[in-house]
Amino acid sequence: QKHHKKVEILDAKTKDKLCFLDKVGKVLPSFSLHWYPARQSIRLDPKGKSLKDEDVLQHLPVGTTATFYFRDLGAQISWVTVFLTEYAGPLLIYLMFYFRVPFIYAPKYDFTTSKHWVVHLACMCHSFHYVKRLLETLFVHRFSHGTMPLRNIFKNCTYYWGFAAWMAYYINHPLYTPPIYGEQQIRLALTVFLFCQIGNFSIHIALRNLRPPGSKTRKIPYPTKNPFTWIFLLVSCPNYTYELGSWLGFTLMTQCLPVAFFTLVGFIQMTVWAKGKHRSYLKEFRDYPTLRSPILPFIL
Amino acid sequence: MSAPAMGTSKTAHTDSSNKKKKGPGTLAIAYLVIYNVVMTAGWLVIAVGLVRAYLARGSYHGLYYSIEKPLKFFQTGALLEILHCAVGIVPSSVVLTGFQVMSRVFLTWAVTHSVREVQSEDSVLLFVVAWTVTEIIRYSFYTFSLLNHLPYLIKWARYTFFVVLYPMGVAGELLTIYAALPYVQKTGLYSITLPNNYNFSFDYHTFLILIMHHVFSKLFPQLYFHMIRQRKKVLGHVEEYSKVE
Repeated sequence: QKHHKKVEILDAKTKDKLCFLDKVGKVLPSFSLHWYPARQSIRLDPKGKSLKDEDVLQHLPVGTTATFYFRDLGAQISWVTVFLTEYAGPLLIYLMFYFRVPFIYAPKYDFTTSKHWVVHLACMCHSFHYVKRLLETLFVHRFSHGTMPLRNIFKNCTYYWGFAAWMAYYINHPLYTPPIYGEQQIRLALTVFLFCQIGNFSIHIALRNLRPPGSKTRKIPYPTKNPFTWIFLLVSCPNYTYELGSWLGFTLMTQCLPVAFFTLVGFIQMTVWAKGKHRSYLKEFRDYPTLRSPILPFIL
Repeated sequence: MSAPAMGTSKTAHTDSSNKKKKGPGTLAIAYLVIYNVVMTAGWLVIAVGLVRAYLARGSYHGLYYSIEKPLKFFQTGALLEILHCAVGIVPSSVVLTGFQVMSRVFLTWAVTHSVREVQSEDSVLLFVVAWTVTEIIRYSFYTFSLLNHLPYLIKWARYTFFVVLYPMGVAGELLTIYAALPYVQKTGLYSITLPNNYNFSFDYHTFLILIMHHVFSKLFPQLYFHMIRQRKKVLGHVEEYSKVE
């Protein structure tokens, strides 16, 4: 017995009939009107959520003629592209300030280097951080969504690039003042920074291993043999916890107010994300561990 | 800057009888009525003060000094409006209201009060007059709305006077900031220089220039045209409202 459905697609806003398919088999083909698939949002209800790529026509609650609503999501860009651009910017921009490229500081300082060794250390840490992020984007992360709206890249890059320039300007400034407590402060800061970098990386690996390649299943993350992942006992999003720690370390290392601002803004944003993630874990899994907080153990 | 955005839900407040939203309680309404009456009275005091000073001196020059204290008091008092939104007794956006009030407070304290030399400028009179007329209309609009007896004249005034008052106020504000620039640069007012232990610097002079650019090129055109659209929307419903009243 052949189950053939009729499919009609209407515009979600104007309700114009965009497309009518007389005989559709199991899967709704992705049709292109003028918009590539990533821009197409197909839904059962004009104001409802988008159907996923994996949804099967047979299993949807529709009659013999299925009515779908189409919405154009606007120009899309892949997450990988956004991440790479976001992170490559700070890496290069900071180096421009570090090497005191002309037109930033007074001409007599062009292409000179700072006399403070902490400035060289800071450059290495900052660069390491963004190289790590770039490599993780390419080789570690598994993205659940392919794309995001194009305007996000402008917003995100302004944030990352802007703050990177602002921080780098002061740290690499000829009139930079090194930390008050000198070597002690810098050593502590570096320890915190490295600890959190390793921690953050461990979490990213653990999250990657939760999800087999190509799948989009979601599972509760648990501590593994790696001690850096034991924080999962107390926190839902330890990647953000470690990220905060890294930037606190960098703030302490450079003793620079703009770095502190960047850390604060990042912390606020990550807390919002962590709370959202925590809430969706709680909604999806009945047996979600109750001891866990979104981002800071017991506090937040 | 000089006239708060008309798009705030004060108009939604007058629609509350149509929308049946859970609004503020009776105590909150009583408080808001008192608040708005007091503010209306305050700005009337400033208006009267301006007129009297003008008649006494016979010139427009230096009228700021005659109303300096009530201006500071009542303009700063408007900070309460941010609280009203935060607490929920006024259905406006905290961010939007905060932004508007802070810009007024900024001009009052961080520019006019802080840079004595601009206080005798005529541009100060320009924005003070614009603010005074706008606020008298605005606060009486709110008072009457809360009491559900809004005379059409007040609504018309609120959505019409801004056409002149808003550009007038913005011009006064920008000219005042411009007049303050040389003094700010000379004295290094509110500025931090390198080197220092926090590895941070701030140049108030540059900051003021950036603000001027932002207000002139982006903020003012955006808000002005938004209010013009609001005017068409609100005053376009003349027949409906006069029936309701």
